[in-house]
Amino acid sequence: MDVLTVTGARKAFGAVTALDGATFALRQGELLALLGPNGAGKTTLIRAIAGRARLDTGEIRLFGDPVVPGATRPELGVVPQEIALYLRLSARENLEAFGALQGLAGAALKDHVQWALVHTGLADRAGEPVGRFSGGMRRRLNIACGLVHRPRILLLDEPTVGVDPQSRDRIYDMLTALMQQGVSLILTTHHLEEAEARCTRTVIIDHGRVIAAGTLPELVDQTVGKDRLVTLRLADGRTETARMRDVATELPPLLDRIRLTGAAVDDVDVRGPSLQAVFIHLTGRELRE
Amino acid sequence: MILTLLRTGWLNLKRDRVAQALTFLLPIVFFSIFASVFAGQGSATSRIRVAIVDEDRSELSGRILDGLQKETSLRVTTTAGDSGAPLDRTAGERLVRNGDVPVTVVIPKGLGESFGTIGFGASEVSIQLLADVSDPIAPQMVLGLLQKVTMTAAPDLLMQGGMRQFEDQAGALTPQQRTAVDTWLPQLRAQAQGSATGGGSGGGMGLSAEIVDVMASDSRAGSMVSFYAAGIGVMFLLFSCAGAGGALLDEVESGTLERLLSTRVTMTTLLAGKWLFLALIGFLQLAVMFTWGWLVFDLPLFAHVPGFVVMTAATASAAAALGLVLATLARSRAQLSGLSTILILTMSALGGSMFPRFLMSETMQKFGLVTFNGWALDGYLKVFWRNAPLWQLWPQVLVLVLLTLAFLGGARLLARRWEVA
Repeated sequence: MDVLTVTGARKAFGAVTALDGATFALRQGELLALLGPNGAGKTTLIRAIAGRARLDTGEIRLFGDPVVPGATRPELGVVPQEIALYLRLSARENLEAFGALQGLAGAALKDHVQWALVHTGLADRAGEPVGRFSGGMRRRLNIACGLVHRPRILLLDEPTVGVDPQSRDRIYDMLTALMQQGVSLILTTHHLEEAEARCTRTVIIDHGRVIAAGTLPELVDQTVGKDRLVTLRLADGRTETARMRDVATELPPLLDRIRLTGAAVDDVDVRGPSLQAVFIHLTGRELRE
Repeated sequence: MILTLLRTGWLNLKRDRVAQALTFLLPIVFFSIFASVFAGQGSATSRIRVAIVDEDRSELSGRILDGLQKETSLRVTTTAGDSGAPLDRTAGERLVRNGDVPVTVVIPKGLGESFGTIGFGASEVSIQLLADVSDPIAPQMVLGLLQKVTMTAAPDLLMQGGMRQFEDQAGALTPQQRTAVDTWLPQLRAQAQGSATGGGSGGGMGLSAEIVDVMASDSRAGSMVSFYAAGIGVMFLLFSCAGAGGALLDEVESGTLERLLSTRVTMTTLLAGKWLFLALIGFLQLAVMFTWGWLVFDLPLFAHVPGFVVMTAATASAAAALGLVLATLARSRAQLSGLSTILILTMSALGGSMFPRFLMSETMQKFGLVTFNGWALDGYLKVFWRNAPLWQLWPQVLVLVLLTLAFLGGARLLARRWEVA
């Protein structure tokens, strides 16, 4: 079931077109990666879904109801790219503040704050000022403040930027747990390996348009195909590359041919089609900024 | 290497308009303000307002009145309001108490008669200068002019009094001496009428006059401290409100504003909350300062609690709103810092936080009313110095409330840039 639909979203800031007819859908209980080069329109799209940007044309619907710019939807949670926290307040005080501003009060607020602290692994540091937290802990609290009111859809703008691999793993574990609880999530990221490994589906946006959408196998089929990239490193320092649909069948004859030339093979590297390859295939190698 | 550092510094300064304004414009603005305050900016703007109550209605008092009215450095009032009725002592004192004039000259009944019999200096009847000594210059200046005017406007009367004293002590004049004096007196009178505005010396005989501090009659030690507490307090209130208003810009930069606006909070609610917080902190800041003044400098805070509360509430409200409008106007913390420094220092200098407005020229005093500080300090002056009842604070409170509304309206309009794009 689609919980969020974006149809023909267009938005221009003066002469700059940020969104140019973007269309996609978010399904119930999925973790959707929204990928794109810098300036592709990801953040504008996230802001439009959150009701913080007004589309020139097009439509966004949450659970079937159109998103009204400026109006808050309690079923939606937003996690900005910045560490949008009050650093002099403790983790608990931050959660209480943002929870109260989402309309929670009394016992419900207390329960939600405790749940968010436990869920993000910050319960034992709840009373400390956030200014003393590490980058990873701040990121987790940043996410916690976006979900303290238990939204059904969570938008995350680069939630793992600037944190170490261990913290990134922890954050994705949190997101996976949310997904398993039925929450639908959209995240933007430039960490393609993580998106490939942890997200259920991917939408790639460029120049304000959705240029591909689907699971990784679907994207591979649509773009680079299923060929493996085989790289042979020879003893004399040379490298040979080849694309193979069936490695088991095609690699041995290649090794034989090389051996007949008198060369020795030091190493063989076989790579399947990756999201990185798909992304570069679709968006090109040119710098965007 | 030094050249590279110089070039980098120059390029940074060249592209930072706020730094340029702070470096070059602010000193010029301050120099101009203080030059205007102390140089008086021409005679027309530095006239002292003085009220004259003529209880004597003698030839002498008439001549003194005429002489003072012809003084170009004075602006004389002799009537009460629009009624045109001559001022009496009560009305003249009220003018001083209300701060309408710094000095009221009271020429008491019997001065002319006393002068005619025993002359100046020996007279038991003294001219009184009802003054507000918070302005230490005006009473002394009026006293000096009074001496001069008396000497130049009534030398013949002075001569007559002096001759009578001479005859009392040394015996009667001979007929020839009497004829010579009688011939000389009309010449003196004519000379006086022709040179009433001249710069003649008063000679050695002094006018019996006393300065009466009408404000001191309320025994309010430390009232001047309250003026400076208000002056400094309002200036720092503005600085702290501008600084605290900058928290809004911090929230923009940190992303918390975006997050707040993604909750159920609207921009209007957000600004109202920020304004209320700043106003309460501002109230507390002034309360702490005045309490310190009470503890250490005998500031009469608890004799004026209602007036203090009203003025502080109005002042803190307007300062908080100004802080918000500055924050919404600026694009960054650095810009806010430069902008608020220039504006607040200029307003404080013009509005009397650094130098009392009542010591400025009339033009500068009026100019000071375009500033926030001017109205706030006028209100505090009414409360602590003039002992004014609450209702008399209405002009200051009204202006501060209107400023609050205007600033809040401006801040709301400017904050639209952070709303839905």
